[in-house]
Amino acid sequence: MYSEKVMDHFRNPRNMGEMKDADAVGEVGNPVCGDLMYIYIKIKDDRIDDISFQTFGCGAAIATSSMITELAKGKTLDEAMKITRDDIAGSLDGLPPIKMHCSNLASDGLRKAIENYRAKQKKELNIAKE
Amino acid sequence: MKYVYLDYAATTPMDPEVIKEIEKHYRETYGNPSSFHTIGQNAAQILEKSRETVASLINAKTDEIFFTSSGTESDNLAIKGVAFKNKERGNHIITSSIEHHAVQHTCQYLEKQGFKVSYLPVDEYGLIDLKELEETITNKTILISIIFANNEIGTIEPIKEIGEIAKKHDLIFHTDAVQTLGKVPIDVEEMNIDLLSASAHKLYGPKGVGLLYIRGHGVRKRWGKYIEPLLHGGGHERGLRSSTENVPGIAGFAKAVELCKRNMKEESEKLIRFRDKIIKEITENIEDVYLNGHYTKRLPNNVNLGFRYIEGESIILSLDVEGIAASTGSACSSKSLEPSHVLLAIGQKPEDAHGSLRITTGRYTTEADIDYFLEKLPPIIEKLRKMSPLKKGKKYMFDPTYETNHHH
Repeated sequence: MYSEKVMDHFRNPRNMGEMKDADAVGEVGNPVCGDLMYIYIKIKDDRIDDISFQTFGCGAAIATSSMITELAKGKTLDEAMKITRDDIAGSLDGLPPIKMHCSNLASDGLRKAIENYRAKQKKELNIAKE
Repeated sequence: MKYVYLDYAATTPMDPEVIKEIEKHYRETYGNPSSFHTIGQNAAQILEKSRETVASLINAKTDEIFFTSSGTESDNLAIKGVAFKNKERGNHIITSSIEHHAVQHTCQYLEKQGFKVSYLPVDEYGLIDLKELEETITNKTILISIIFANNEIGTIEPIKEIGEIAKKHDLIFHTDAVQTLGKVPIDVEEMNIDLLSASAHKLYGPKGVGLLYIRGHGVRKRWGKYIEPLLHGGGHERGLRSSTENVPGIAGFAKAVELCKRNMKEESEKLIRFRDKIIKEITENIEDVYLNGHYTKRLPNNVNLGFRYIEGESIILSLDVEGIAASTGSACSSKSLEPSHVLLAIGQKPEDAHGSLRITTGRYTTEADIDYFLEKLPPIIEKLRKMSPLKKGKKYMFDPTYETNHHH
């Protein structure tokens, strides 16, 4: 069912856990559908300095959230925004077609986190101006 | 490391005696029972002897047993066969909301053909309400189809009482007994059952063989012939199931039935002990876990537990890594990406239905298997709970618009 890479990320997830002092969180999914993902990011000099995830979901959901934290760490925000679901699925040596939506979820989660961070930055900037 | 198989409800390994029996017939009994010569007639004899053996397990007459390819085919034959034959008489079918897809989807198909189907609700344990059943009957009702014991949550329905109601109103009563045959005693006379589906591969027999018990071999007072075939052809099985009979498979089924008769009492006592031990240990030692289905009106070999805040496929994948086979009602593990309709029917919220784990034991399950499973499960649950953003009492936020663009 799952590739060895997927099983590796499932058994030994990278960057797993809540980040209490995160700069932003991206929350995607819906437990009603069976998946919920939180992507936490810490930003330094416009780069993702630290990233972690929490996931309620199947093997593919856990593996894709683990993989995206690995792919995104150290990248600039613009670079991270460009990560696609195919990048994630490819890095995992492929996902069963029925599970591709999990990789969608992970890339959406990261993008949401970055958007939330940028919105916060904008807000703070506006407050500073006043 | 021995693999611990705890998914007997999905299928069972064949009993070595069954394998031996089938092998013998593959070699020696290759004839077509419809052939006139000795080779054919030998096969015909084995076929009839098998029919007799199977009939005796459920107190049926020999000529009331019809062999099919599977439980699914038997369900289709029972429901479609009765519906199409009697559509002048009535077009209303009553079933439950917790049927196996072989019954549920067949009923949905019949609705598209103009039949009306009532899906009776069930209570939190999965039991139908007898009063509600009786009140749902109309003068257009022809068939009641209620699963004997549910494959996911193990709850056993009040079959005898349903049969009495059907008899009182002169309706045909079908029950899907795929998960029940060989596990608990079934008496079609005492229980007023008219049609009963079963499948060999759930009781240590071969895959590809099923049976449909048909009262009066398809004829009943005031109705005459009450069922028509799905398969037309050479007229096998008294015209109700054309196709050259799978004699070796059927002989294997009969051998499996014989073994069930011999082992049922002792086996069910052992399995009930295992079942209750698993339920007790897990509910006592792990938090936020609950039993799905009834505590006592339950198949001897079925455990179904819901674990809050985590998802079922990740549980069974983790168990598989430890060499344990189990199953779940989670959407992620189904082809349709829908959570179990059975768990939703007993009142579960979808997010809870995703966290279910089904453990079903069988003939070859040992106490050591149970202990190994009980040892491996708690750390798995703990790890997945650490990983999950859902926590007790914590309000999580999710994007309600996500459901619409989230590809399912």
